[in-house]
Amino acid sequence: MISLDIHKTLHAAKGDMKFQLDIQIQEGHLVTLFGESGAGKTSTLRMIAGLLKPDGGKISVHGDTWFDAEKRTNLKPQQRRIGYVFQDYALFPNMTVRGNLEFGLGKNQERCIIDELIEMVELGDLQHRKPDTLSGGQKQRVALARALVQRPDILLLDEPLSALDMKIRLKLQDYILAVHRKYGLTTILVSHDIAEIHKLSDWVFVLENGRVTKQGSPSQIFIQDNISGKFKFTGEILHIAKEDVVYVVTVLIHNEVVKVIAQESEVNDLRIGDKVIVASKAFNPMIYKVG
Amino acid sequence: MNWEPLILTFKLAAITTIILLFISIPISHWLAHSKSRLKPVLEALVSMPLVLPPTVLGFYFLLAFSPNNAFGQWLNESLGFKLVFSFPGLIIASIIYSLPFMVHPIQSGLASLPVSLAEAASVMGKSRFTTITKVLLPNIKPSILTGIVLAFAHTVGEFGVVLMIGGNIPGKTKVASIAIYDEVEAMNYGAANFYSLVLFAITFSILLLVYLINGGYLKRFWK
Repeated sequence: MISLDIHKTLHAAKGDMKFQLDIQIQEGHLVTLFGESGAGKTSTLRMIAGLLKPDGGKISVHGDTWFDAEKRTNLKPQQRRIGYVFQDYALFPNMTVRGNLEFGLGKNQERCIIDELIEMVELGDLQHRKPDTLSGGQKQRVALARALVQRPDILLLDEPLSALDMKIRLKLQDYILAVHRKYGLTTILVSHDIAEIHKLSDWVFVLENGRVTKQGSPSQIFIQDNISGKFKFTGEILHIAKEDVVYVVTVLIHNEVVKVIAQESEVNDLRIGDKVIVASKAFNPMIYKVG
Repeated sequence: MNWEPLILTFKLAAITTIILLFISIPISHWLAHSKSRLKPVLEALVSMPLVLPPTVLGFYFLLAFSPNNAFGQWLNESLGFKLVFSFPGLIIASIIYSLPFMVHPIQSGLASLPVSLAEAASVMGKSRFTTITKVLLPNIKPSILTGIVLAFAHTVGEFGVVLMIGGNIPGKTKVASIAIYDEVEAMNYGAANFYSLVLFAITFSILLLVYLINGGYLKRFWK
């Protein structure tokens, strides 16, 4: 169990913001911090990692105190067992892919973990390349593997997939789930993408202006219970067009573009870019055998 | 021809550059990342030799190191150091005089690296020393090279400080730039031309090499 009870005044572009957090995270869970930019998501990760010092409060992880303002305990980042995947990946440009991983090895640590991780994220062919010759998705895999070299208990992922296109995103989500399960990690993910959160996380904390305003499972948070659909997908509106008497709403669901018919009254409060749920009762879908 | 002043010049520049490299890395690292209120003060001090006439620096060194005052006397008696009109004195003065030329390139190199590199290394359990030597410095090689060369070339080119604190002792403190002045004074244009030509050629070659390396021309040529 990770318990955070911390506060800090953050100096943001819009002025000072009071950041106050009191949350518990179950061991072995994959939880998501969700919220607008500037809500304090990255700051939360940085405080857990020891890169940013809270003004007061307490951080304890699996029974150990990492930060306690009253007792003046503040473990250095080096002493906290965490893996951190940075938003810009933070790969060391002077080292090869393999070198980046090997740099993370502790004293007397077995080297076999390197091969295991390289195989796990399928980097075998690229292991002797330098990071600046890799694509975004490949860099992301290196960053993920590197974060796990020291066998951390906690994995922190700061918007790991936001810069990648949909196809690579889906693949990387699978890698994240795979390492999360294989190494029994407690993973904290910062994400904006509702579909991604649905797929990956056990629990969601919604942050607004430095405070948790809602928490729950992804479906509790993002799907209103008054929809009794049998199929539910979350997606993003790409286009709204009027055709004769109805409207056709084009929605991107994962990497599929779907057209949905809607009434004028439904379209009124929809805008391009809105996150929506497309739900359907069980009686109209059709089934085709494909394989 | 008397090669002594030239050899002395390059010996002084080489020793000064090596010592400066070790001093400048911690200073640059601190300046690049500190948010301390003292930072502008230290930055101003480091940059002073850029604008101050070298004679001012030389004059104060002369006063400070003179055996006639307490500090100079203490150096002389307890450490056996005589810094006025001696080679070690020249080295110390040159280090101060060329400090900004080493610190500035390394500082801007370090500041240009993403902060997340150092943070990633510390999260991976690495000490600050390991982070600097294995991650930060290898990624600012062009800046380090620029610093080394500028500090070296600037030390070769110094005149005022050396004249004030070193005097003009052949074999000890008579470096090439002073020898040129000496020979011109003595209407000995041939010797002055010899020293000048050697300095001109060597400094040009060094700077050319740096721009070739940092501009990536050599790499392209080899490929």
